[in-house]
Amino acid sequence: MNSRLIHLTVNGKSHEVAVAPNAVLLHTLRDLGYTDVKNGCEIGECGACAVFLNGEAVNSCMVLAWQADHAEIVTNAGLGTMDKPHPIQEAFADAGAIQCGFCTPGMVISTKALLDRNPDPTEEEIREALSGNLCRCTGYGQIVEAVRLAAERLRRSSSSPASSLREAADDVTALGEQGPSQHEERGEPHSDARILPVSEQKEVR
Amino acid sequence: MTLPAFEVLQPESLQEALAVLAANPRVHPVCGGTNLIVDVRAGKIHPETVVDLSRLDALRGITVSEDEIRIGAATPIAEIERNQTIRRCVPLLAACCKTFANTLIRNRATIGGNLVNAAPCADTAPALLVLDAQVELTSASGARWVPLEEFLVGAFQTTRRSDELLTTVRFPLPPANALGGFRKMGLRKISCMAKVDVAVYLELDDNGVCRKAHIALGAAAPVALRAEEAEEALKGQLLTAEAAVPAKQGLTGEPLVQKTIEEAARLTAESTLPRAGSEYKRQVVYGLTRRILTACAKGGNR
Repeated sequence: MNSRLIHLTVNGKSHEVAVAPNAVLLHTLRDLGYTDVKNGCEIGECGACAVFLNGEAVNSCMVLAWQADHAEIVTNAGLGTMDKPHPIQEAFADAGAIQCGFCTPGMVISTKALLDRNPDPTEEEIREALSGNLCRCTGYGQIVEAVRLAAERLRRSSSSPASSLREAADDVTALGEQGPSQHEERGEPHSDARILPVSEQKEVR
Repeated sequence: MTLPAFEVLQPESLQEALAVLAANPRVHPVCGGTNLIVDVRAGKIHPETVVDLSRLDALRGITVSEDEIRIGAATPIAEIERNQTIRRCVPLLAACCKTFANTLIRNRATIGGNLVNAAPCADTAPALLVLDAQVELTSASGARWVPLEEFLVGAFQTTRRSDELLTTVRFPLPPANALGGFRKMGLRKISCMAKVDVAVYLELDDNGVCRKAHIALGAAAPVALRAEEAEEALKGQLLTAEAAVPAKQGLTGEPLVQKTIEEAARLTAESTLPRAGSEYKRQVVYGLTRRILTACAKGGNR
């Protein structure tokens, strides 16, 4: 089984990486350091590994790395940063749609895929769009609310081109119930930490 | 976890892919990977070599002519679901695609893969069966068209030879007055496998009499099938909203339309026996068939 060099552009950064033919994109991305792409079920059930692959939201666990050769990939971390979060990411934080946070990167990807095509979705459309993403903490209520909030903010910002997305988002946040302390709390120092399988955790200990 | 080892071949053209298959009958084709990766992980299959078709643009796309629609085998389900012509002219197929797995899977899973995998619960099978679809099987030595009914022969079994690829799906363009519907029952509304699918395609004359009636069931038997006796019972019948409502609910039901629904349900019970859940499936087929026919009678979608 010979590895071969493949070329990936991830969040705008170009990578040449040698991968085996049986490697799946999920593992390749995590090995490259994109640990915001979460390894949940590895069989396309949970959506935690969702990324944009040439513009389409897909489960990276179901793509062979070789199939992604020369592809343009965008992960959750490619949409925004801690300092400048994407309005969708901000809406997830503001709506309390994040509990353990494991499903969030995939949820954000599916939300962006929805809002890019449908800026004003109904609740049914939101739930359908997130049907491939499982959350075991929140019960989905706040997640649906986050998508609705993100849609509203994005619509607002696109209708007032003079202000940046960030400004418009700030604007709405200031009107909401969430205080500025919410923003500070989001500076979670271990948000990029690797979560190891139980067996490996023992070895680390 | 790393997948068990296998080699991957990535042909640049269909001809090259067909040559690979002709030379090695044990090569496993892959495109969207939504079946392959799950099956390899589960240890259900152990391919030595897979041939990747995802780069073959010739296998992808939807073309509409005056009398038929052709869908390339490597077209993702999401693309079919979003296609404006499919939505307008074949809403039953668009409805089927909308119930298929979930949004992330639909962006990868292909129509050809769904048919070649031939799971008893393959959602596109009953929808395409009522549309009288044919599949094109291409090998290095030529191509042949096979009616979908003859292609699907059992659970995970088709008449595809190991040197052939399913390259195109085609079906007649439904006339403007055609009616139909697709209903799926699973564990939940979306992101699930079908416990039962029902697909219906009807052509009525100006007086509302059924001239063509196609009914297909998915997951009711080891292979998706047409409910031929139910179809016969419906032909020549006047379809009204009242006709499809069962008499036991105190409304007048047209006995022959009732018979259609009963026949579809009877076939389900017969085909699922002696497996568990056949009584459940029978009742679900009864209900789904009745709902689709009622919607059609009210001018439901094609």
